[in-house]
Amino acid sequence: MSDFLLILVSTLDSTIRVSTPLILCAMAGLFSERSGIVDIGLEGKMLAGAFAAAAVAAVTGSAWLGLLAALAISVSMALLHGFACITHRGNQVVSGLAINILASGLTVTLGIAWFHQGGQTPLLSGDARFLAIDLPGALALADVPVIGTIYSGLISGHNALVYLAFVTVPVTWWIVYQTRFGLRLRAVGENPQAVDTAGISVFWLRYRAVICAGLLCGIAGAYLSTAQNASFIKEMSAGKGYIALAALIFGKWRPKTALLACLLFGFLEALTVRLEGVALPLIGEVPPQFMQALPYILTVILLAGFIGKAVAPKAVGVPYVKER
Amino acid sequence: MSNKTLPAWIDIGVIPLINVCLAFIVSGFVILLIGENPIEAVQYIITGAFGYGEGVGYTLYYTTNFIFTGLAVSVAFHAGLFNIGGEGQAYIGGLGVGLMCMSLDSFMPWWALLPFAIAAGAAFGAAWAFIPAYLQAYRGSHIVITTIMFNFIASALMVYLLVNILIEPGNMAPQTRSIVESATLPSMQELFAALGMDIENSPLNISLFLALACCVLVWLLMWHTRLGYAIRMIGFNENAAVYSGINTKRVIVITMCISGGMSAMVGINEVMGAQERVLLDFVAGAGFTGIAVSLMGRNHPVGIVIASLLFGALYQGGAELSFEISTITRDLVVVIQGLVILFCGALSLMLKPTIEKLFVKLMSSNKPKENANV
Amino acid sequence: MLTNTTSEQGNTLPPAIDLRKINKSFGPVHANKDVDLVVAKGTIHGIIGENGAGKSTLMSILYGFYEADSGEILVNGKLSSIKSSKEAINAGIGMVHQHFMLIENFTVLENVMLGAELNGFLKESKLSARQELTRLSDEFGLAVDPDAITGELAVGLQQRVEILKALYRGAEILILDEPTGVLTPQEVKQLFDILNALRARGVSVMLITHKLQEILAITDEVTVMRAGTMVASRETAKTNKEELAELMVGRKVLLQVDKEAAQPKNVLLQANNLTLKDGSGVTRLDDVSLQVHAGEIVGIAGVSGNGQTELLDVLSGIMPVQQGSIDLNGTTIDKRNVLNAKDFRHLSLGHVAEDRHRQGMVTSFSARECAIMGFQDEPEFNGKILMDNAAVTKHCEALMEEFDVRPANPHLKAANFSGGNQQKLCIAREIERKPEVLLVGQPTRGVDIGAIEFIHQQIVQLRDAGSAVLVVSVELEEVMSLCDRIIVMFEGRIVGEMPASEADAQTLGLLMGNAGSDKDDNGQVNAKGES
Repeated sequence: MSDFLLILVSTLDSTIRVSTPLILCAMAGLFSERSGIVDIGLEGKMLAGAFAAAAVAAVTGSAWLGLLAALAISVSMALLHGFACITHRGNQVVSGLAINILASGLTVTLGIAWFHQGGQTPLLSGDARFLAIDLPGALALADVPVIGTIYSGLISGHNALVYLAFVTVPVTWWIVYQTRFGLRLRAVGENPQAVDTAGISVFWLRYRAVICAGLLCGIAGAYLSTAQNASFIKEMSAGKGYIALAALIFGKWRPKTALLACLLFGFLEALTVRLEGVALPLIGEVPPQFMQALPYILTVILLAGFIGKAVAPKAVGVPYVKER
Repeated sequence: MSNKTLPAWIDIGVIPLINVCLAFIVSGFVILLIGENPIEAVQYIITGAFGYGEGVGYTLYYTTNFIFTGLAVSVAFHAGLFNIGGEGQAYIGGLGVGLMCMSLDSFMPWWALLPFAIAAGAAFGAAWAFIPAYLQAYRGSHIVITTIMFNFIASALMVYLLVNILIEPGNMAPQTRSIVESATLPSMQELFAALGMDIENSPLNISLFLALACCVLVWLLMWHTRLGYAIRMIGFNENAAVYSGINTKRVIVITMCISGGMSAMVGINEVMGAQERVLLDFVAGAGFTGIAVSLMGRNHPVGIVIASLLFGALYQGGAELSFEISTITRDLVVVIQGLVILFCGALSLMLKPTIEKLFVKLMSSNKPKENANV
Repeated sequence: MLTNTTSEQGNTLPPAIDLRKINKSFGPVHANKDVDLVVAKGTIHGIIGENGAGKSTLMSILYGFYEADSGEILVNGKLSSIKSSKEAINAGIGMVHQHFMLIENFTVLENVMLGAELNGFLKESKLSARQELTRLSDEFGLAVDPDAITGELAVGLQQRVEILKALYRGAEILILDEPTGVLTPQEVKQLFDILNALRARGVSVMLITHKLQEILAITDEVTVMRAGTMVASRETAKTNKEELAELMVGRKVLLQVDKEAAQPKNVLLQANNLTLKDGSGVTRLDDVSLQVHAGEIVGIAGVSGNGQTELLDVLSGIMPVQQGSIDLNGTTIDKRNVLNAKDFRHLSLGHVAEDRHRQGMVTSFSARECAIMGFQDEPEFNGKILMDNAAVTKHCEALMEEFDVRPANPHLKAANFSGGNQQKLCIAREIERKPEVLLVGQPTRGVDIGAIEFIHQQIVQLRDAGSAVLVVSVELEEVMSLCDRIIVMFEGRIVGEMPASEADAQTLGLLMGNAGSDKDDNGQVNAKGES
């Protein structure tokens, strides 16, 4: 039994670690898509943020300066997306794709030129990383059965950005559902014309939304390279931005359900590692690739309307034209 | 929308050209940023891509892939559909090619096998595009999202198949056995040798001719068949298509299947031609490059050939460049690709108002003869 | 929020709205010409006019959607510049749009407060908005559940939310654009009660409508617009619907269409009890039955948006039949026998679409490609595999020659032809096959005078050759001069039918404004014509 608990706790523990960037990106996507701007560029913003964070942390030795750099670069990419989609009414999917490809190429190109390590950044240590924080009493409680194991093994011992990610969910919920900005954000994604006739600027509102998305993707990027890992590695986002997008859709564009979707997808990933080579009763060995594809398969099934109905914000993807 | 101030040659000629130039100028700044000389870099790229026989061979080999994926994206674009799934469709299509080749290669020479391989690849690629298309047309899910998801599903599926099922016994690398030599496509070197000419060896094979043939086929399809007529009408004005009695849902599904089948031809070039087996990730981003190619080539086969050649040269020249300048790798080409998509795609409308004003100013004294629309 | 509650219209008060010499053009179209308009405080002012008379443009200028090319706007006697909706709201102007500007998945409360929240936090904002909403509801008799989901409310209640939205922002001048178009008669009555209450509390109301009865029922003053100009202003008490109908339609010289009397023969097209609901459940066609005989032109008159578009779409196979049936040339089409537009064409039906930019042609196509729309699968344009492009071009050349389309270049993009030549090409395409039934929507919309005559001739020739023609037009004079029999549609129903020889503008105008019968909105056909 206690063996089972240990396995469970360690699986959930890694679930939390792999879910963190998903949660941050899903919340980022939530801001953008709730305002009516499709964001398939989560991946690129996160990747660029990861590179900026690792590069600056390597040079300055400060993880926090690295985080700032990640925020700056990710927000500027978000603004580029806004410039193309909001100001120039460009195709939002094309723009997001351009950002992803650009980030994928730029990070490696600059990484090689600046650090000469084949696209990686130097290994970070000490203050240049976000290290695990032991919550008060974690050590003392570690031996208490069940509760102690859960507290010290699952809840304590993560880095600051993990806790930050879990805080962003209620904060996002609060902003979206409890503030004036949130009300207007939800409105502009449904019916921009109504927002315009209510005397609110659609452009400025949407720009603020994509900036929020940029900030959160930046944190996700910094987490990848300065917290979860100790350097930037080529293509380290590895499709997480797309999984986050899938989680957002799976969570029907709502913070709490998107969080659950992120945890589910993270759990699947953690389970993949755990199940490798293990034969399950009845089913036998589950191919890890199946587990990897499962988030995408689930999202496709959901989108096809076979489990519930994912109703996107009504105006998502449609550039706003003021005339008429 | 209905803008009647610009003549066609500016709208489809000058503005896209400026956009491409902008992409390259910004790329030049990136090279400056990493402390190198952009002009020098361009020289290396050009010599690397066209300076000697092997380079040209590689350039055309990459070009072949990009023509296929570029055409695939363009066919869907004509119907107003954005197929981001070229990567996965090419991957699964290549599987079809590989399976067909491996089941028949001991019985048939390449020329007898080729039609079967094409059919199998196209069928697999089309099937992979069919599901997103069906879901879009009949269940209302968005094709962009589903095709993205299908890229990842394809990738996972192929890893599974190559690692667990198709792997050559006794081999560590997850790849299939080699296709029997006589059943693989002749390389250009072999072809030219048969004609009594000697060229340098490269992965370039006769798939290039298939690619060019596909350009002609797509051109015929789009502008010389009823289906193409219907596809383009749906892309321009779906209401008009319904008015004309076209079954729009059906045409959408067919269009996507053609697009998927076209992507799958990458499998002919790679699996039956260059690699002679199915390997992990043999598509290597060609599906995404196809989007840049299609946007830059304005969805026309001629433009796509030109854009493919440009990207082929960038890929090959970029590889060459990384030998010459140690701080630059082929990832620079990915940057350029991203910038091309940005300027030719997402920001394609950016310059229009400015150029319109400029044009009106220039023409204020002598009125334009012919008006044009978007 | 609402401070001014005087119900008097003292002469000392400046008018709520004073527009002076407003001009607005869209390209070559002069939508508003030197428009003057004075709306006295605390009155209900009606603005009436046909489609395209410039009412909506004028209101859009007042609400900051468009900027006038020239002219002055005085609000409460003060010169105001209104460049955005925000400035309009600040000036005390509120607008209830024809298509509601509501967020459907928001609650009523959220919709009302959107853009006018108390502060950055919703809890406090909602609290204060709820109080204010209750106050407004009580004061004006506008009861709505603040917590209801707006999209789930009946249309009349949604409109109430729109009015509350404006009042919540402190509007003292309320513009209502065709407010009754989507309402049931009961809801209309309730709306009028509300408007009366508003007037009693000093709110000035501008009511834009094409329905004469409403003008007479509720307004204090009425202004008539026609072709972008103000043609008359009347005190409502001193006018009547006959005079208004005449002012609205105008006494234009009738276009002369050269034609013999019709020789109607057998019925070729028959609609039986067609009823159609749109995606949001609004009834667009309400039990429509009609017959068109060989050798006659039947015209459908009505203000646009009263079901004509849907009728054409159903009769041509673009929209499937939901209820009722169609008999076309001996074939019955109903819910079980679904045919598409191509199948309808094979039953010898031609259809010139109402809006050529939306349906009838593809402006990005070349003329030759537009010339075969709907006939793209015909054997004459196709080889075994490829299309016979030479035949397509030749066909287009022939059409251009026969119907005098200029420039006669089949390869030119459709967008580069003038409106008249585009329309000639569309009509040529449909008429050239001598269809036994022809549907024509807005035969001469955006077409110059010379082409109008030509198009009318072609339609008459087809009739004389024995075809049945159904024309839908918002141009009353066109219907009267071109058609042999006239049917009037109003809110998806047929409200009148008469031979063209017995029709006059006044009678038709009254029917189109649903003031034809003295009964009420439920009143059916009043002037049943021939056959």
